[in-house]
Amino acid sequence: MEALVAIAIGAMTAAGIYLVLRLRTFPTVIGMTMLSYAINLFLVATGRLAIDKPPILHGHAPLTDYTDPLPQALTLTAIVISFGMTAVVVLLALGAYIEGGDDYIDMPDSDRRETGGDSE
Amino acid sequence: MSPALIAVLPFLGALLPGLLIRSGRNVAASACATATALALIGLCLHIPTVMAGGVVTADITWLPQIGLNASFRIDGLSLLFGILILGIGLLIILYARYYLSKEDPVGQFYTYLMLFQGAMVGIVLSDNILLLLIFWELTSLSSFLLIGYWKHLPEGRQGARMALTVTGMGGLAMIAGMLILGNIAGSYNIGEILQAKEAIQASPYYLPALLLILCGAFTKSAQFPFHFWLPHAMAAPTPVSAYLHSATMVKAGLFLMARLWPVLSGTPEWFYIVATTGLLTMLIGAVIALFKDDLKAILAFSTVSHLGMVTMLLGLGTEAGAIAAVFHIINHATFKAALFMTAGIVDHEAGTRSVRLLGGLRKLMPITFTIGTIAALSMAGIPPLNGFMSKEMMLEEVAHTVWGGYANLFLIVAAVAATFSVGYSFRFIVQVFLGPERREYPHHPHDPGPGLWLSPAFLIVLVVLIGLMPMTMVGWLVTASADAVTGLHTHPHLALWHGVNTALITSGIATLGGALLVFFHRPLQELWDDAPRPEAKSIFDAIIRRAARWSQVTNDMLHDGRLARGASMMAITIVMAGTFAWATGATSPMSREMLPIEPVALIGFVLLIVATGCMVAFHRNRLLALVLIGIVGLIVSCGFIYVSAPDLALTQISVEVATVMLMLLALNFLPKRTWVETGNLRRGADALIATAVGLGFGGLAYAIMRSDFAFETISKYHLENSHSLGGGDNVVNVILVDFRGYDTFGEITVLGIAALVIYAMTETLLKGKSSRRLANWRRDQRRAGDRHPLLLVVATRLILPISLTVGLFIFLRGHNQPGGGFIAGLIVAISLLMQYMASGFAWAQERQRVPFHAMIGAGVVVAAATGIGAWLWGLPFLTSNYGYVKLPFLEEFELATAMAFDLGVFLCVLGAVMLALNSLSRISRRAGEPVNVEPMDIDPSRDDEPAGEPAHGGAV
Repeated sequence: MEALVAIAIGAMTAAGIYLVLRLRTFPTVIGMTMLSYAINLFLVATGRLAIDKPPILHGHAPLTDYTDPLPQALTLTAIVISFGMTAVVVLLALGAYIEGGDDYIDMPDSDRRETGGDSE
Repeated sequence: MSPALIAVLPFLGALLPGLLIRSGRNVAASACATATALALIGLCLHIPTVMAGGVVTADITWLPQIGLNASFRIDGLSLLFGILILGIGLLIILYARYYLSKEDPVGQFYTYLMLFQGAMVGIVLSDNILLLLIFWELTSLSSFLLIGYWKHLPEGRQGARMALTVTGMGGLAMIAGMLILGNIAGSYNIGEILQAKEAIQASPYYLPALLLILCGAFTKSAQFPFHFWLPHAMAAPTPVSAYLHSATMVKAGLFLMARLWPVLSGTPEWFYIVATTGLLTMLIGAVIALFKDDLKAILAFSTVSHLGMVTMLLGLGTEAGAIAAVFHIINHATFKAALFMTAGIVDHEAGTRSVRLLGGLRKLMPITFTIGTIAALSMAGIPPLNGFMSKEMMLEEVAHTVWGGYANLFLIVAAVAATFSVGYSFRFIVQVFLGPERREYPHHPHDPGPGLWLSPAFLIVLVVLIGLMPMTMVGWLVTASADAVTGLHTHPHLALWHGVNTALITSGIATLGGALLVFFHRPLQELWDDAPRPEAKSIFDAIIRRAARWSQVTNDMLHDGRLARGASMMAITIVMAGTFAWATGATSPMSREMLPIEPVALIGFVLLIVATGCMVAFHRNRLLALVLIGIVGLIVSCGFIYVSAPDLALTQISVEVATVMLMLLALNFLPKRTWVETGNLRRGADALIATAVGLGFGGLAYAIMRSDFAFETISKYHLENSHSLGGGDNVVNVILVDFRGYDTFGEITVLGIAALVIYAMTETLLKGKSSRRLANWRRDQRRAGDRHPLLLVVATRLILPISLTVGLFIFLRGHNQPGGGFIAGLIVAISLLMQYMASGFAWAQERQRVPFHAMIGAGVVVAAATGIGAWLWGLPFLTSNYGYVKLPFLEEFELATAMAFDLGVFLCVLGAVMLALNSLSRISRRAGEPVNVEPMDIDPSRDDEPAGEPAHGGAV
């Protein structure tokens, strides 16, 4: 099972990175979403895998009956925050498209900073 | 007064001009003068203790883990420098009040000046070298502000930059040197370092530490070859030059050498590096000064020369050398500050500082003439002024210094330097004040008001008095500070007459030679002008230009503004760092058994991998990519359930819905396809990087999952105490709202801010050019015929109460069962969004009474109020409490304050999600999306025609 999870994390990361490296905004946003999945899964996995041991206390069961709750709490907020981030990025992409007329992620070469230091 | 308070007073004073500047220059100046005078008085109160051989210290623990404490000490050396800095500072504050014009931003000036003063006082009072370094950097920064005060002058800006570059780089070197020194001594406390002479000089790191520290001291004190910044710093207003270059900034390097003299000096390395550098600087500065025409440039190079002299004296490593050094520090400060102020007065009244345009001011400006002449004579070393005595002591000391086997080398070079020193001092007098009156000057010169001449006049009185009664005036101070420098009991004998000795004879020859130099100045100047010599500024500029170019090239290689370039570089770096760590570090054994693979899990895994693969293959079809990301998200959620994380599964699946909706709304505008724009090579390289990162990350995950915890986790605590302390059984929720409530509070705030950012961006898009673009938007897809179908409307209406109840249920049970504010917020958001989808955003919005911003704000406020509530019971922020409540007719149920906090989370999440999506829908409406009047397009119960245009979307 661990191997499957690791492969899934690796595959989603690779797909995410590949998409982030594209030139248009939309694939990049999708790529970032994929990366968030991979990272969230990774964070949960750092608590080690456990099946049927949700960290919901019941009766006087021994502590070994529960999986590690801490990575889960961290990941929960991470999911919500990554939604906020995705929303901001999507709107940035949309705004750039409406303002600029294309959805290239980079500025045209002519708009980028000229090389050379300032001299008076 | 505590030494710490003395160091802080100037900084407090720095705040005053900003507050008082509306009241005018007088008030700002008096406020600064008060703070300075208070600090000076406080310092002087310690004189008896210090004279008795005591050291006053004050210790405030700051960061003891790294050995950084706010420790201050007052010994003889601190006292000497403190009096110079604060005393001359006081005179400068008075002088600057009358020097600066009404147009100058005086508040800024005084603030910078006080900052600088505070930093200097901090340096000399520090008893901890790390603290000293902080103040050292502060002087570099505040002097930058002072030198560049006249921002409109390019010379000012360039001079300030050059000073900052040179002294800042020296400061960086010094940090390294000080850290080495502290490590050798085993303490960063100066008092303790001073005890560790043997250990330091025996250490193999002595030489590197010495070189690095000297690098800092030499750059600050403008020693050759770093002397070039000082003359360029003359672009500053004259009060600044007078302050920085007589008593403070450039003396900081000397102070440091004197402070560390007991542990660093006495070795051949110290002698050859410090004394030789000092001697060279003394000669070079004196020679150049003779041939400058600008009054301030003459003074600047003479300062370089005199700093060289003190450095050389310290470099000799002898007791008499140290005494001469501290005595000359006092003398130089008095006459040089007076000279700078004189130059400022001449500039102010005659309108020029060029010696070629001046002359004959003797009768026109008698007071200035008197002040300037006495100060210059002292600089030349003419008896009975104070400059004479320290020069005699210097010559006497070098007369028996042997350098590399040459007995007279030091004496000869020092004599030549002294000759030039006399030369430029005489020239200052002769060419400015003596000679015939000119027919015209740029302004009509006359003596200024007392505001300008009082400060230099006071210094001149000191110059004369110290010259006449040295032991009475400063004998005690020289003794105290020489004791502190050498760590011995010194008995300086300061007197005008020591009998006819080598020093007196040399001095006499130098004076004659200097007079001759002035007499033959014209032909000499011509010779000098014709001689080729390197121009420091152009060399410096060339180096800076080249450094800037190289850093630009390197920078562009790593990230040139293209996102892909920066991201791939980052990915490559991470992979390389990871590989390095993997290859060199030890990994824990794979001690955990693998869990068995169940068929359901395998199916999910295959689906995930196929969807991910398809995503890469078909990402150009953006709608398909969205569908695929939905699949991936769904399986990840299921995976969370499988690995015992029900809360995560609930959160993930509801976030998934909101994300996909958001992207769909955006895709409404964005192109529906991504075209192939990169070559095979680029795609191959990207794929390679992506695969490497994927392999690394997957491998890392695998290694972690197979090995046991390296340390005991803190989870045990949470599991054990969740029920007893937090009053909840769902440990994840208790962690979120209780144990780590502060984190959650920060996170909901961030989420709220993100939503507000989206709202603000939308506002921008709905104005101006982009708004017109939107109004004329051409859709690239056909609209649906029935946009708000009957079935959907009816179904969502029926579902709404149910889904709200579910939301409430999830919220209420969150503390004990999977659920909670985050998830409930998302669920309610989705159920509301369904209404919006069914009947259109505008239609639903009109029926929405609570604005979403308010909801976000209320959420943060409720969460904060819950946290603050704990204060009422004298508990720390966000301490939770709980109890059990019995309501009539209902079961007993639990009420925890954490639930109020969770309510805040709920409101914030709900508001943020809704605000984000609502913002996107507002863009759609501007682009001509019709606004419904009726909840559905085709309503069988209605007779009239639908108001909204159903088909291809006409504007409203």
